[in-house]
Amino acid sequence: MTTLRALMQPHRIVMLLLLVAVVIWCAVTLRWDWIPEYAPLALEGLWRTIWIMVVTCILGFALAVPLGLAQAVGPWYLAAPARAFCTIIRGTPLLLQIWLLYYGLGSLFPQIPWIRGSELWPYLRQAWPYAVLALTLSYAGYEGEVMRGAFSSVNKGQLEAANAFGMPRLTMFRRIWLPQAIRNVLPTLGGETILQLKATPLVATITVVELYAVSSRVRSDTFIVYEPLILLAVFYMIIAGIIALAFKRLEDRVPG
Amino acid sequence: MDFLFETFGLAESAKLLSLSPPGWGGNLLRGLANSLQIAFGAFGFGLLIGLFGAYGKLYGGVVLRDLLAVYTTVIRAVPELVLILILYYVGTDLINQVAQAMGYGRVEISGVVAGIWVLGVVQGAYATEVLRGAIQAIPSGQIEAARAYGMPPFLLMRRVTIPAMMSFATPGLANLWLIATKDTALLAIVGFSELTLETRQAAASTRAYFTFFLAAGALYLLVTLFSGVVFGRIEKWARRGQPSLRGGSR
Repeated sequence: MTTLRALMQPHRIVMLLLLVAVVIWCAVTLRWDWIPEYAPLALEGLWRTIWIMVVTCILGFALAVPLGLAQAVGPWYLAAPARAFCTIIRGTPLLLQIWLLYYGLGSLFPQIPWIRGSELWPYLRQAWPYAVLALTLSYAGYEGEVMRGAFSSVNKGQLEAANAFGMPRLTMFRRIWLPQAIRNVLPTLGGETILQLKATPLVATITVVELYAVSSRVRSDTFIVYEPLILLAVFYMIIAGIIALAFKRLEDRVPG
Repeated sequence: MDFLFETFGLAESAKLLSLSPPGWGGNLLRGLANSLQIAFGAFGFGLLIGLFGAYGKLYGGVVLRDLLAVYTTVIRAVPELVLILILYYVGTDLINQVAQAMGYGRVEISGVVAGIWVLGVVQGAYATEVLRGAIQAIPSGQIEAARAYGMPPFLLMRRVTIPAMMSFATPGLANLWLIATKDTALLAIVGFSELTLETRQAAASTRAYFTFFLAAGALYLLVTLFSGVVFGRIEKWARRGQPSLRGGSR
């Protein structure tokens, strides 16, 4: 166990003891009596944070692949819009994008009769579809740029070899191009997924009750400021750690 | 000009965005000025933290190195929004306690200072990593040569390390600057009237959401594109005298 040995240096032991002392001090002197009351809500919020993150990452990545492909090898009439989309998404704050979609589309839709009459209307009146849409577009914009580099970095000789063997283009893309492109950018994707986790609290501003919104509610209900925020930060650190570990496992398993 | 607006049905939007009081253009520009002020301050403060952080990580003792590792890891794992709230409350509490201990009353903290402090601490963590990588990329012989001649540490930093690392650090710093401009939008949530909050207020009171949010988006995009040009220039300047990466051109 090299990691354990690395921890067992004198100064690190002192720092760990200090950390334990701070945690005990926090547990004893700060107020935690609100936890039982808000625990069910917090679990609900945690679940919502996680599913929003997972769903928007998957959908956003699915969008990013064609965006990257269009920019890397597409004709100009596909490459130019893809590049414009990525530039706009990456050049404006996510908060602005979320508010544009929620307040903008949200105020436009009720004026259109066939949308009001459609079966989707009960969903469109809620906030989460706009949150999912905004986060998906944002992830797609950032990842489209990443995938552009990934697609053009794959060794051309392999694609030519597949071509020479008469492999159909779709099979070539599925078997050779995409797997290698993804393998090359796995570390970047891990970082971007953590950034996506860190973007989820923004949807609390459009009344989606996720983890951050729960802590805000505790703060405004009980006037306890620090405790919910510290606990919230710890939760996000744990989730970020899990994502980092998962991507590390994935990188180790992928043959390099 | 008016004719153009009429034909495209944009007369209403043009009136809403006009600079004089019935329009809200002046408010948006004031918000943009606030945003840029904070972005500049936070970027500079972050660079300062980053420079010392990078030096600490590279040349500091074991304890300092571990503490800096904790700082960069924690800041990069927790959402900016949560950090902003924590640092905002901690900062105002600390200053008020100091003021009360010294016998003054409660102090009102200006939004600009609070924003620079909060975003600067966040930027510092990222800048530490960028600058550490850049300093490590300098051929070690250059720094050793300066040391061998007995150059004092600060002169060495000013004359050798900073100029030599500039070309490696500029792409990362350009990225950080863009993050700084976009992160100012988060200050809207603590009620500081920068561009995003001004936009939302204007949009909410006129119900013209698309007009204002698109206008603000265009302003942010202008800043981003302009910064791209400026940083391109800086990078070209920082790489002067170095062989081009592209090859072919001599």
